[in-house]
Amino acid sequence: MTDLTNLTLAEARDGLAKGDYTSVELTEAHIKSMEAHRNLNAYITETPDKALDMAKASDAKRAKGDAGKMEGLPIAIKDLFCTEGVQTTAASHILEGFKPEYESTVTTNLFNNGAVMLGKANLDEFAMGSSNTSSYYGNVINPWKGKDGKDLVPGGSSGGSAAAVAAGMALAATGTDTGGSIRQPASYCGIVGLKPTYGRCSRWGIVAFASSLDQAGPMTKTVRDAAIMLGAMAGHDAKDSTSAPVAVPDFEAALTGDIRGMKIGIPKEYRVDNMPEEINKLWDNGIAMLRDAGAEVVDVTLPHTKYALGTYYIVAPAEASSNLARYDGLRYGQRVMDEGDSLDDMYMKSRAAGFGKEVQRRIMIGTYVLSAGYYDAYYNKALKVRRRIYQDFATAFGTVDAILAPTAPSAAFAIGENEDDPVKMYLNDVFTVPASLAGLPGLSVPTGLSSEGLPLGLQLIGKPFDEETVLRVGGVLETASNFTAKPAGQEG
Amino acid sequence: MSSLDKETVRRIAFLSRINVSEEGLGELAGDLTRILDFVEELQEVDVEGCDPLTSVADLTLPMRKDEVTDGNIQQKVLSNAPMTDAGCFVVPKVVE
Repeated sequence: MTDLTNLTLAEARDGLAKGDYTSVELTEAHIKSMEAHRNLNAYITETPDKALDMAKASDAKRAKGDAGKMEGLPIAIKDLFCTEGVQTTAASHILEGFKPEYESTVTTNLFNNGAVMLGKANLDEFAMGSSNTSSYYGNVINPWKGKDGKDLVPGGSSGGSAAAVAAGMALAATGTDTGGSIRQPASYCGIVGLKPTYGRCSRWGIVAFASSLDQAGPMTKTVRDAAIMLGAMAGHDAKDSTSAPVAVPDFEAALTGDIRGMKIGIPKEYRVDNMPEEINKLWDNGIAMLRDAGAEVVDVTLPHTKYALGTYYIVAPAEASSNLARYDGLRYGQRVMDEGDSLDDMYMKSRAAGFGKEVQRRIMIGTYVLSAGYYDAYYNKALKVRRRIYQDFATAFGTVDAILAPTAPSAAFAIGENEDDPVKMYLNDVFTVPASLAGLPGLSVPTGLSSEGLPLGLQLIGKPFDEETVLRVGGVLETASNFTAKPAGQEG
Repeated sequence: MSSLDKETVRRIAFLSRINVSEEGLGELAGDLTRILDFVEELQEVDVEGCDPLTSVADLTLPMRKDEVTDGNIQQKVLSNAPMTDAGCFVVPKVVE
């Protein structure tokens, strides 16, 4: 029998349907893989017993002729989704031991569609980071290695999700993306990551970072898998007032492989100074693939691109400072208090002990830009620039169907790099943040290897609620690039 | 160039309700100043006549009936609290 952990989501779905194996067998294989790869630290909490219970229930359900879209398929859940009765930490010390009394809407949808949860995947603390080095529960290690064999970051913030999928510790995983947290780690780990349109998936029950930007999405081995999983996650939810009341299409049906006559925009502002030659080449190769498939490639301009990171690093911390005010040491999470302490002492000690450095920095920057005297100069100004960025995309999409750009300016870097200066770390998100600010769907597809033999992804950005086009074009890129490389030890 | 001094950081830290040590204030002043310098370039963007964008969700927030839809879950609400007493959250004494 083939190694069940090498299957794609689609293959496993079809194999289950044919009766080649059961969900219990599939789940057991992934539990073994999870144990074998503990050195990567991809999971904060493993839930093998729950997984086997869910798998048994799924096999019984299937025997009765009832199978959901992801029936019996074992996946990892980013530890930012509240899961009923299962510790949910957001990779923060302040939420250590927190067991939600409710299930997030996205995980509810996935479980109703038959998915099996293997465990809760590691991430940057409160999803704030691009390297998964800010987790209280330790760094995640990328299953890929460069030539010198050093441990590399998996990207962030959904680094555990990406590493788990790349190393065959889950068939797929949920991620969340605020400024690139699905797409950048997907690129670093050689997998597919889709950030849907803002509003496509409910945010209810996801630990909030920046509410106007946060969006859940699938992290998978293939574009088809992303289409399958998004269909099982998405949908309107009355519990999230920003969740869009739009129908969920059959995303898989969009994968026709036919992009003849489609117009693909190439934004010249993404050809940044100091862009590594291999990223330029990756991009040019992608352009050639789409042209060969019959698409028309045209230049577009997104003039405010260079201001996106600055805008993001005002808007996201401002919203975070407000969202994270709820961690008060009172209602849930860690409390630090000494005899005779005032309420303020208790707040200040609990939050100092509970939050890591990067989270503290972002809360304080956010507090500063929202404070009296600075609100207009920073926060309001950033919101106005955000509209300019939004308008840039709207104008571009007046003439093109999708935009092609690199996902990240480099391949995965070594653990410990870019740690000396917070701003250096922020630059990893330069190509992903603009689409986040505009709320647009973005898909990262692995299309090549760096000189070091590390995966590199290209990103497709689409119109609001047009994930179908992004997936269709992404499918063509995937086929044309024929990216079959795997991390050492994972070769099928 | 905006440069944050220790006193400003102390004030922000209090507004954020995060305890910061005396040495920590200096380090944070450096980090936060670097971040503010980084976002400074936004000042050069012409936003004349541009409304702030507060949400990309192109919809009117839905209204619903003002009615109780759940409740009677006191144990669930309290189950993760660090300290409870008689069905209430326990806070430090706030009234002398």
